[in-house]
Amino acid sequence: MTTTLPTWFAARQEAAKTRYESIPAPKRNDILWRFSNIKQLDFTNLSGELPPADHVEIISRSTGLANPAAKFVFLNDDVIHSESSLPDNVICLPLADALVSHPALVERHFMQQETRLGSAKFAALHEASVKNGLFVYVPDNTEAKGTIEIHHWISGQTSVFPHTLIVTGKSSAVRVIDIFRSADETTPGLAIAFNDLCAGPNSRLDYIAIQDLNETTRLISVNETTSARDASAKAFILNTGASWARNESLSRLDGAGSRSDMLSVSIPHLEQEYDQRTFQHHVSEGAYSDLLYKNTLYGHSKTVFSGLISVDEGAHHTDAYQTCRNLLMTDDCEANSMPGLEINADQVKCSHGSTSAQISDEEIFYLQARGIDPVQSRQLIARGFSVEAVERIGDAETEALVLAFIDAKFARIAGGS
Amino acid sequence: MFTEDTAIALLDEETQDAINIDRTKGDFTFPERNKFDAGWGLSSDTVDYICDVKQDPDWVREFRHKALAVFESKPTPTNWATEDLNNIDYSKIRFYLSDGEKPKRSWDDVPADVLETFERLGIPQQERAFLAGVEAQFDSEAAYSNVKEELSKQGVIFVTSAEGLKEHEEIFRPWFGKVIPTGDNKYSALNSAVFSGGSFIYIPKGVKLKQPLQAYFRINSESFGQFERTLIIADEGSEVMYMEGCTAPKFETATLHSAVVELVALKGAKIQYVTVQNWSSNVFNLVTKRGLAMEDAEVRWIDCNIGSRLTMKYPGVIMKGERARGEVISIALANTGQHQDTGAKMIHAANNTTSNVVSKSISVGEGRSTYRGQVHIPKHLKGCKNNTECDALLINSNSRTDTYPAITVKGNRHATQHEASVSQVSEEMLFYMRQRGLDEGQAMSLAVNGFINDLVREFPMEYSVELKRLIDLEMEGSVG
Repeated sequence: MTTTLPTWFAARQEAAKTRYESIPAPKRNDILWRFSNIKQLDFTNLSGELPPADHVEIISRSTGLANPAAKFVFLNDDVIHSESSLPDNVICLPLADALVSHPALVERHFMQQETRLGSAKFAALHEASVKNGLFVYVPDNTEAKGTIEIHHWISGQTSVFPHTLIVTGKSSAVRVIDIFRSADETTPGLAIAFNDLCAGPNSRLDYIAIQDLNETTRLISVNETTSARDASAKAFILNTGASWARNESLSRLDGAGSRSDMLSVSIPHLEQEYDQRTFQHHVSEGAYSDLLYKNTLYGHSKTVFSGLISVDEGAHHTDAYQTCRNLLMTDDCEANSMPGLEINADQVKCSHGSTSAQISDEEIFYLQARGIDPVQSRQLIARGFSVEAVERIGDAETEALVLAFIDAKFARIAGGS
Repeated sequence: MFTEDTAIALLDEETQDAINIDRTKGDFTFPERNKFDAGWGLSSDTVDYICDVKQDPDWVREFRHKALAVFESKPTPTNWATEDLNNIDYSKIRFYLSDGEKPKRSWDDVPADVLETFERLGIPQQERAFLAGVEAQFDSEAAYSNVKEELSKQGVIFVTSAEGLKEHEEIFRPWFGKVIPTGDNKYSALNSAVFSGGSFIYIPKGVKLKQPLQAYFRINSESFGQFERTLIIADEGSEVMYMEGCTAPKFETATLHSAVVELVALKGAKIQYVTVQNWSSNVFNLVTKRGLAMEDAEVRWIDCNIGSRLTMKYPGVIMKGERARGEVISIALANTGQHQDTGAKMIHAANNTTSNVVSKSISVGEGRSTYRGQVHIPKHLKGCKNNTECDALLINSNSRTDTYPAITVKGNRHATQHEASVSQVSEEMLFYMRQRGLDEGQAMSLAVNGFINDLVREFPMEYSVELKRLIDLEMEGSVG
């Protein structure tokens, strides 16, 4: 297959390989890795052993929405199932195919931003190693009705490099869901995922990532969003699985009047660690960005949130908001927040807030007085806490899918830890 | 007609004026008259020279040499701080200067030119009488030191740190370098190696000082780094307020100021430390300040940064005893060419400890203000609370402000909240005030005043002379 790949892609993979080797590994005192567990970056423990996988079984487990507009199932980055009822002018292809059929279009949008939140080395590794993913291109004035659903499965002790590249043309609209899961509950794997979201002028691009890998698997996912004039990009991340997950989300508000919503719900338990870094980059005037990250921590889990709003010189009339809320459910969990602002412009409205607290006794008492036991009450409140971010997705079916994963996690916590 | 463009043009000019503090009162020098001068640059010979001149005990000499090694081994922290730190040329700084005279005991003994300096600085006679003691630092050594007799009777010690370590070693030594260890950061190590001047204060059990203690620091010799070292110990149940203000003459070359201030509030004690910093805009002001609060004790840092080229100062409180309380209240003003990098550090180390940080900054012209904070609540504690608020006001379109807090909470019996906002004086507000007959400058002045007013009130009334003058001078400039 490599023989048919465009030369620019081969050259970029070659360059990325050199870059990966030359960039030093993050160190403990790197400011972009503050509070991170650097030990998690040792990926040498994977044996590479690949047991035979039952494709039919994996496909049957790949359930999501009742009627997705398109559905793709990847197992270790290979397509094992695809179906689509999208209009003909919407390009929705595995990346490997798109590289062959639409090389110029992919080249224009493929990994165009600089990875600046700490994982430049791993973004280079991804670029050097990526072999598949999904490419979605919605042409001007087209609305891709419904939702494109992508299932990524890891099977065996291996690393995968899933890539999702979504491009929307002028006044178009699309919604894409990525679901990351492991074939079994115990085999450690590694995913270094990348998603490129390019929202064209006046378009609407919604992206939802559901991370429910098994609890021995690690994940680095880098999200890079650019929004053109009057575009609206929305990215939602759910973390319920993985032993360690690092999300880096960079949203660049390129066009005047563009809008970016960055949403996340994380529910770690036991020894799970979620490390999230965000960057709201206001390049143009009059753009709006709003970030809401909600973490509910159980067991000995740990979260790191580091967010930065950066307003460039000249990006006047910017509205930028950033909120991280931590709900602490046990004595041993740990929440770290670093909400940051860098403002270089005038007529700017910016705020950020971060809170960490537990459920108050009054709230528990109130529910108890209505016949709900304390364990259930706490679950109920925690769920309600997450729902606030989920309902900003703005699509009932998708919200129900995300909530199903959240409820499954709560059930796991209630049953096990 | 009032349009946005004219408003901005007007604003620029007005606010430039508003912000150019009248430093002429501090902008003068007198002939230098230094009996001891450690020369330029820093080496172990410099440290030995300082020890010899100051007749330091052996343990202090050893302490200084160790600190020098730490200073040399530590990298400049540009991985998180501004690159401007690389512009400090340690070989072009004189690390010790003194006129070799012993601290004076009465105003009559103070050299006339020094007195005149203070006169120009505006330490009012009435205030001298009102204030409990005056510790005025002229270059390295205290030129004047006086504690009212009644305070001496109560057992209050208010001396230079040099005198403290010699005359009161039994109280001084156990706490010296304990709140801020030498290796805390590169600049605390530098201070530990070459410190001179600063105050040592001890308040005995149960003594509550009704009047604040005050010290004025000045830099006078060009290119002269000032490295004062202050240690305040408030014994059980005592209370003290200490006030520090800085003005410095303008110099041609960059000057370094790197102080270390350690506060120890024993059980039930209360320390308030008030600073108004107005170094001239070529001074690097790299200060380490930290307080230790034992059971039921309270440490408050009240901080106002107006001057300097680069200030890096993050007053901290370690709440070591149950129910201890820490507070940082700060105002920062950054004009073109200035970077105010300030913040707070709250380390909770006992149950039911509470901390509060309120920070307001104003960036004018190309000025840059930064808030950096750390809140740490470890495991196994319960009932810890932190509240952090940072508000920034941007005056011009090329002003800059940054906020970098870090909050770590372990366990579920705590509550923290952090909020920050960035805003500017709104068109509507200016329009409203103009409609009522105020001109653009007055309206701006009123708005800026309103922004910081609730914090200005937090500064002790007694300090109003220095602080109000500085703030008023700025605001006055924008009127008319």
